[in-house]
Amino acid sequence: MPVEFDRVADIIAETASIPRDTITPESHVIDDLGIDSLDFLDIVFALDKEYGINIPFEDWMQKVNAGDAQASDYFIMKELVAKIDGLVQAKAG
Amino acid sequence: MLLEYFSMIDRIGVLDAPGGHVEAESVVPDASPVFEGHFPGHPLVPGVLLIETMAQASGYLVLARLNFSRMPFLAQVNEAKLRSFTTPGAKLTITADLLGDGQGYARTRASITSDGKKLADAELTFRVMDFPAEELRAQMLQRARAIGMPVLGSG
Repeated sequence: MPVEFDRVADIIAETASIPRDTITPESHVIDDLGIDSLDFLDIVFALDKEYGINIPFEDWMQKVNAGDAQASDYFIMKELVAKIDGLVQAKAG
Repeated sequence: MLLEYFSMIDRIGVLDAPGGHVEAESVVPDASPVFEGHFPGHPLVPGVLLIETMAQASGYLVLARLNFSRMPFLAQVNEAKLRSFTTPGAKLTITADLLGDGQGYARTRASITSDGKKLADAELTFRVMDFPAEELRAQMLQRARAIGMPVLGSG
C-alpha cells in the first residue's frame, strides 16, 4: 500500500505542532514549514516508527551539503513522501 | 559519582545492548563543591545533573549498541520530571530503555530510583555523530571500562 501524503502530513503536523492545513504537497519542510534539524529528528523518529523504516536522513544531508543533491530533492513534501514510499516498498521487497 | 567532573555513573550493572536496556548504579557523594551553592545548609543534587545522569546511562547504552563507533550527544529532553529531592549519600539506580534509533539519532526513556522510590524520569533524544576527536573516543572507552561495562568495542 503506497505511503499517503495525508498520513505523512498528519504526522508532521502533530510532531512539529504545525497547523495541518498549512502543509501541502508543494511545501518545503524547512523553508515553508520552518522545521529545523532537531524538529526533523522528531519527525524522522515518528516516521521510522510509523512505517518500520530507517530514513537515511544523514545521507540526505551529506548529499545536500556536498552539492550532490538539492535540498528540494528531499524536503519538498511530495518528494519526501515519494522517498518514504520508496523505502517502504524496498523493505517490502 | 563526581558531580563537579560530570562523572555521573559509578557502575554499569546490567547491559543488554541488542535489547536496548541498561541499568547503572551511582552513590551521591557526601560532599561536593556543588553542594556549597546548591544549597547552603540543604544540599541537593541539581535537577539538571539528574538529567545528565540519565543521559549518561542512556549514552553508554547507545555507545554499546554502536560498538563505540559513534558518539551520542544529548539534543532534547522531553517530559522530564524531578519527583523528589536527591540528597548526599543516596544510592541511585539509573535505568534506560531504548525507544528507537535510526540514522543519526537515538531516543530513550530513562529513570532514577533510590530505595524503590522514583526520583526522576525523562525521555531523551540524542544526535548520534562521528566522534569529533579520537581523544574523546579513547576517553569514553576508558571510562566505560572503569565502570564495568561488560561489552566493549575495540580500541
